Amino acid sequence: MEINFTAIYILWLREMKRFLRSWSRVFSALMMPLFFLIFLGFGFKGAFIPGVGQTKDYIHFLVPGIIGMTLITTSMMAGISVLWDREFGFLKEITVAPVSRVSIVLGRIFGGMTTSLIQAILILLISMIMGFKLPNFLAFLFSIIVMILISSGFIGLGLIFASLMKDIQGFGLIMQMVVFPLFFLSGALFPLSNLPKFLRIISYFDPLTYGVEGLRMALLGNSFLPFWFSLSSLVLFSILMIILGAFFFEKSEV
Amino acid sequence: MSSILVENLVKVFNSLRAVDGISFEVKEGELFGLLGPNGAGKTTTLNMLATLIRPTSGNAFVSGFDVFRERNKVRKSIGMVFQEPALDNYLTGRENLEFHGMMYGLKRKETKERVKEALKIVELEEFANKLVQTYSGGMKRRLEIARALVHQPKVLFLDEPTLGLDAQTRRKIWEYIKKLNKEKGVTIILTTHYMEEADFLADRVAIIDFGKIVALDTPENLKNLLGGDVISIEVDNWQNAKKVFEKLPWVKKLNHENGTFYLQVEKGEEKIPLLIKVDEKEAGFQIKSINLRKPTLEDVFLYFTGKTIREREASQSERFKEMAKRHRR
Repeated sequence: MEINFTAIYILWLREMKRFLRSWSRVFSALMMPLFFLIFLGFGFKGAFIPGVGQTKDYIHFLVPGIIGMTLITTSMMAGISVLWDREFGFLKEITVAPVSRVSIVLGRIFGGMTTSLIQAILILLISMIMGFKLPNFLAFLFSIIVMILISSGFIGLGLIFASLMKDIQGFGLIMQMVVFPLFFLSGALFPLSNLPKFLRIISYFDPLTYGVEGLRMALLGNSFLPFWFSLSSLVLFSILMIILGAFFFEKSEV
Repeated sequence: MSSILVENLVKVFNSLRAVDGISFEVKEGELFGLLGPNGAGKTTTLNMLATLIRPTSGNAFVSGFDVFRERNKVRKSIGMVFQEPALDNYLTGRENLEFHGMMYGLKRKETKERVKEALKIVELEEFANKLVQTYSGGMKRRLEIARALVHQPKVLFLDEPTLGLDAQTRRKIWEYIKKLNKEKGVTIILTTHYMEEADFLADRVAIIDFGKIVALDTPENLKNLLGGDVISIEVDNWQNAKKVFEKLPWVKKLNHENGTFYLQVEKGEEKIPLLIKVDEKEAGFQIKSINLRKPTLEDVFLYFTGKTIREREASQSERFKEMAKRHRR
């Protein structure tokens, strides 16, 4: 199995061009996280929420969660966008090219990861305007690593869904039935310790939980779960999803 | 040397034999047509040769490479234009072509040059920097033909290249296809359900029906199978005319109906001048009108399948609905 770097590059470049040309799409993808950030951030300003105590205030607790939300939605969309390529026929052009399927998957993952990270960093910048304080530059670099892991994992998951679905009909359903539950279960908006026990147990099967926890550790310097545990769970999740995504993509027929 | 060699190729979709053991050979530099109604198995055949789907059984070689075992080599040696547009609407025409060149492993500089050349062939240079979104159907098809040329393939696959295009654009596309084949020596295999397209373009035509090839020859030979052209002549004195026509050695068959004669001949266009030369005074009749009808591939299809292509399409779509139903179960 060979890897064509030129092919990966040109697939990445295509994603970039499409991203830069569809500002309306970027804007609408960022709307939801922005609403959550602005209204919850200002709305609960100074409010006492049990379990948040160890961080400075609610907005500092919230920002890693919103970044996680941005990453899961944009990354899942990037993975599922294979469906649009199938719908508009472009997938045929890609599959008939003398390029290994692994290179195609890697090109899409790098492309999706870049656009996803740009949007997450945009959210981070906006939250800094709102009063979020980044301890130092190293924290920022750390958080990028966590973001890469979250993003690549969910792009892989999106690829799996896209390969199993035959048309774009199921797209909205996936976003509602998969993305939103994962987001709420991850403890992005509130401390997981406030959830009843059975929900808390389910939340440990949610990869985004480790994503949000990892981001909290990187950006704030403390989290409920130990950093090594979040990080290794994320690495495992990301590798597994990429392999499965590539596997299902290879199997699906144009 | 043969460019494409197909031996007993079969594709089964759930119990339905979409392609049912076809064999043919395409010579290098040839323009080969697969003619048949929708659902006859033309696109499936092309997709198998292009390595998009795996054949159930049989053998197939494209430029000497095995479509089962040397998929990437096959992919590199072919260019493909799909039945439905396969372009990225958010990229410009030029970007679509550059994407293609790089995917086929060309260097950046090489890609730029080839793209420029390909755009020139299909006369799309002035629209090259516009988003494909803004292109018309005909422009998209031209762009796709240009794209298939960027990596200079030895073999070009065209799946219904003029489907859904207006008559004028169709003519233009035909010109490009002919030019590519004659001037650049590209081997071309195209599928179509338009009789006149196969007749006009193809050196040889395979007529395909229900997954099988029912006839394969040059359009000329296929039409001659039906016994040649028919000249109908209206005369003022049929008794006298009959005596004359019966003596003509090149008339293969003579029918007469209500003062009109039907002469079955070969190369009818060369026989009309001979008929006009018949001396009116000596023969004792005058020609009122002459009409030449050449058999079309439509007649050939009818001859081999007992149905016109349109009737067949109706029954094929029934067959497809049946297949889709089974597929869902």
